[in-house]
Amino acid sequence: MQAFLNQLPVGLSIAAVLLLIALGLTFTFGQMGVINMAHGEFIMAGAYTAYLLQAVVGTAAVPVALPVAFLVAGAMGWLLERLAIRRFYGRPLDTLLLTWGVSLVLQQLARDLFGAPNVQVVAPGWLSGGLPLFGTQIPYARLFILALAVGCVLAIWAYLARSSQGRRMQAVMQNRRLAAIGGINTGRVDQLTFFIGSGLAGIAGVALTLIGPVGPALGTYYIVDAFLVVVCGGLGRLGGAVLAAFGLGLLSSYAEFWTNASLAKVIVFAVIIAFLQIRPQGLFVLRSRALT
Amino acid sequence: MLSVRGLESGYGRARVLFGVSLDVEPGQLVCVMGRNGVGKTTLLNTIMGVIPATAGTVTFEGRDVTRLKPHERVRLGMGYVPQGHETFPQLSVLGNLLVTLEASPHRDESAIDEALEIFPRLKPLLKRRAGFLSGGQQQQLAIARALVTRPKLLILDEPTEGIQPSIILEIEEAIERLHTSGLAVLLVEQYVDLALRMADRFLILDAGHVVHSGSADELRGEEVHRLLAV
Ligand SMILES: Nc1ncnc2c1ncn2[C@@H]1O[C@H](COP(=O)(O)OP(=O)(O)OP(=O)(O)O)[C@@H](O)[C@H]1O
Ligand SMILES: [Mg+2]
Repeated sequence: MQAFLNQLPVGLSIAAVLLLIALGLTFTFGQMGVINMAHGEFIMAGAYTAYLLQAVVGTAAVPVALPVAFLVAGAMGWLLERLAIRRFYGRPLDTLLLTWGVSLVLQQLARDLFGAPNVQVVAPGWLSGGLPLFGTQIPYARLFILALAVGCVLAIWAYLARSSQGRRMQAVMQNRRLAAIGGINTGRVDQLTFFIGSGLAGIAGVALTLIGPVGPALGTYYIVDAFLVVVCGGLGRLGGAVLAAFGLGLLSSYAEFWTNASLAKVIVFAVIIAFLQIRPQGLFVLRSRALT
Repeated sequence: MLSVRGLESGYGRARVLFGVSLDVEPGQLVCVMGRNGVGKTTLLNTIMGVIPATAGTVTFEGRDVTRLKPHERVRLGMGYVPQGHETFPQLSVLGNLLVTLEASPHRDESAIDEALEIFPRLKPLLKRRAGFLSGGQQQQLAIARALVTRPKLLILDEPTEGIQPSIILEIEEAIERLHTSGLAVLLVEQYVDLALRMADRFLILDAGHVVHSGSADELRGEEVHRLLAV
């Protein structure tokens, strides 16, 4: 029981990071059908943003980096969409190869700029220590990550449900052709979606600096799991992504705790395959009379 | 107001339209008829820019729009209701109306009240998800969604197809009302009776060619019924 409790904050914070990464993916994937393999490198870009800011603002790097990393990673995503992905809409395989190439280039770029060895970002003092609970301690850093994810989900939800831009984004996601003949400039909506989705990956990268070191391959450790969250949660579904991220994050961290890293992966994949047999569409499906 | 000249288009290598020409004058209701699969939807999609024209021109209010994107044509005042009463299923009825309103140049919310005036049946449903409406309600919503952009020309693709008879009547009345209030309408319709009641002019499409066109009186001829028979 004690071991279970000790592991809980670890699982929850991994789930929170996965959620931040998957949020961006589920919208670019759900709206544009783009499998963006370079999404992981936006995580890395966010983490290095915090590292660079450390030289300027010291231990305040993490909070300061959150908005900055959102803009940096968002701008990178926006550029990628404008310069490359835009020309390959409707060709998923080409986009996959293209973004995979971009991902490798960005990793090499990071190696050239920051060196191959990992670097460290020092957390602010107020994030050290932890909250005592049931005889164990929940590190403040993990709580911070959890709160960050909750905040981002609420912000995205409000954006989708309350703003006119968000409504436009939903419309394009649900029926792109209908949105275009309703007068919506779908290209502009795509740009904004890419910006926001990539920016969220940047925020995830900053959060990851609280959990471990930063290296050029940081994104590759999370991108596959994030894609699994997207597939299990249902494309473009906020609620589905939340449930799937926490299910997957907790499952993999407990499996890893009780067995070992490679066996844990096997268990997670087995569970996902079984799940997709029962619900091939993911947790949340677009439901309507028109589609049934 | 709308002038189409020698329009050609198709899907990949398959040509569907072969030099279609038509005109819609201000305030006119022009009806396009023809059997299943002759290219009526393709014609409307090409007029709106959903499918690129491989030849010919589309002119709207004196302006060549042949190369414009669909949303740019909507902003100029072309409203399009595609076949199959499509909606944004996860948005509410109000959300469906707001989303095109917010993309229109005027952004005047009273346009929603005007559209609900034409389709009062939608009023109590504003908070419902569009995906859960009946087919007839979805069609009314689809037309209302085009109306909130305050189009100068309304293009409708088989608005009564697959709709229960009681609502067909309402939709027909709504179109008639919009037409008499001065709106130009380009309508694809398979029911000859309905077309006869409403159209100022009509044209009949067969295998991507205009095979007949004229005023509503001419539509009563034997020849026309032969062309439309399945
Ligand atoms: N997306 C598509 N890809 C390839 N061919 C298509 C496509 N859509 C339609 N066609 C073909 O183009 C031709 C014209 O189709 P279109 O939908 O324009 O006909 P229609 O007159 O609107 O028919 P209906 O009365 O059934 O709506 C048909 O032969 C059809 O098979
Ligand atoms: Mg058709």
